[in-house]
Amino acid sequence: MPLTRAHGGVSSPKKNGLREVDAPQSLVAHFSADRALQMDAGGRLDQWTIAYQTYGALNADKSNAVLVCHALTADQHVANEHPITGKPGWWTTMVGPGRPIDTDRYFVICSNVVGGCMGTTGPASLNPATGRPYGLDLPIVTIRDMVRAQAMLIDHLGVDDLFCVIGGSMGGMQVLQWVASYPERIFAAMPIATAPKHSSQNIAFHEVGRQAVMADPDWREGRYLEEGVVPTKGLAVARMAAHITYLSDDALQSKFGRKLQDRTKPAFSFDAEFEIESYLRHQGLSFVDRFDANSYLYMTRACDYFDLAADYDGSLARAFKGAKARFCVVSFNSDWLYPTSASRAIVHALNAGGASVSFVDIETDRGHDAFLLNVPEFIATSRGFLDSAARARGLPPAKLRAKP
Amino acid sequence: MVEANSRVLDVGCGDGALLRLLAEEKGVDARGIELSQRGVNDCVAQGLSVIQGDADTDLGAYPDDSFDYVILSQTLQATRHPRAVLEDMLRIGRRAIVSFPNFGHWRIRAQIAFGGHMPVTQNLSLPWYETPNIHFCTIQDFTELVRTIGARIERGVALDRFGKPLAYSAPWIWNLFGEQGVFLLTRKF
Repeated sequence: MPLTRAHGGVSSPKKNGLREVDAPQSLVAHFSADRALQMDAGGRLDQWTIAYQTYGALNADKSNAVLVCHALTADQHVANEHPITGKPGWWTTMVGPGRPIDTDRYFVICSNVVGGCMGTTGPASLNPATGRPYGLDLPIVTIRDMVRAQAMLIDHLGVDDLFCVIGGSMGGMQVLQWVASYPERIFAAMPIATAPKHSSQNIAFHEVGRQAVMADPDWREGRYLEEGVVPTKGLAVARMAAHITYLSDDALQSKFGRKLQDRTKPAFSFDAEFEIESYLRHQGLSFVDRFDANSYLYMTRACDYFDLAADYDGSLARAFKGAKARFCVVSFNSDWLYPTSASRAIVHALNAGGASVSFVDIETDRGHDAFLLNVPEFIATSRGFLDSAARARGLPPAKLRAKP
Repeated sequence: MVEANSRVLDVGCGDGALLRLLAEEKGVDARGIELSQRGVNDCVAQGLSVIQGDADTDLGAYPDDSFDYVILSQTLQATRHPRAVLEDMLRIGRRAIVSFPNFGHWRIRAQIAFGGHMPVTQNLSLPWYETPNIHFCTIQDFTELVRTIGARIERGVALDRFGKPLAYSAPWIWNLFGEQGVFLLTRKF
């Protein structure tokens, strides 16, 4: 059976998540020609917007700002209820009062990346030159473009340097790019479950996702918004394929095994007979309510083009040459998307430059997604690193609070 | 053995006790490598820079002369390639400090000679099938390896089972009565 919703048809793009594109329920910074965004792919955005959230307060010294960089399909709603799904923020295990990224101590900033669809300029935004959505007319976005935009947001907020830049997966790539592009503006850096470049296998999985989107007849060469349709089936399939890469074989086996959905015997059909099928279909279908298909193409492409060493004569150590920050690199031993070896390469390159670096490979069966979950060892490492960095930065200690 | 304000790498740093002591008392720039997640977490929480890894896999990535001292405490006998580890230590550090259990100690010799079994002592408490120690050596073996790789022993000491230096320092006494050897090595070149 093809992938369809259990109830009703496809909702219109304006009724679902895409309303956040033009009128995001978060803070917004608008930039115009005097602060145009130069794009690596060529050209520049004269009129552009960045949507962001902040938590906590900037101290008088402006020394407690933390930038959280989000992953492929996340957004700026790191620690508040999501305006579309109504679910809690995507990193409430890490960000909040008394959490490792303690909003009682730090001024936390999280912005939607360039190319996203939650209010920052992306392919679903209106192109001021044509009055139509950009679609594929938006230049390809790179990780470095995202970081350049974040730096301009930080300037806009009056923050010179960041106490910490932290992020997992594509967010970790942004952390690494920050280190290479703005080494003097970072006191501490935490790249998590990430890689210094996209591997051939990584690119391969992303290409499957993109082809699924583009094969959907409703994609309309990227002009679906003007034609009032949405390539939901293609995007859902892309998400299903990608979701598998976020989990480990062991975790899938223990959670789903070969269990059947709502039945005891197989019905010998192509329905979602197995629980894992039903789970993946749900993941795919709920994704399309909150994410723009073209934005998915841009995000995956940004990761594919990421190869930090390539900008520095193939030497990752050279990319980190100016690094003054203290680092905590974290990997998860069951993550096969951005495996431990990729984090180890980062650590070795940082060590080669004499940087102050800690590295932990967290033991868990939860795969790549572990960084988003409540994995106690990971939380403890993050807390320990950030607390010690805060002491070194001269920030006051955390408030005493009763144990929950 | 460690000078103040130097750069130190402690390989197998455990919970970071030595690194912290060196950092606080001697102003040392202290880095560590530790295999256990718990040890690394303890270190990171104290603000120490420690990476999860081991001597066999992680020394190779450091450039030459990264440190003034590289310390390997009670770990040489558990590495897969002790010679390569020692050579790497002396490549990335100007000096190496190595301590290890002496397999030539009379009690160990006696257990093999008269008991006919692999020795189990207070310091080496696990039976042969469980011990992580795969490359035991005597103090004499060690000094020969040092010669082979072209390094020099700047200082050496044999410790009794209470951790006190032996009163007499003839090599054969060390090899027979030292429970542990501790050596400060430098490159000859």
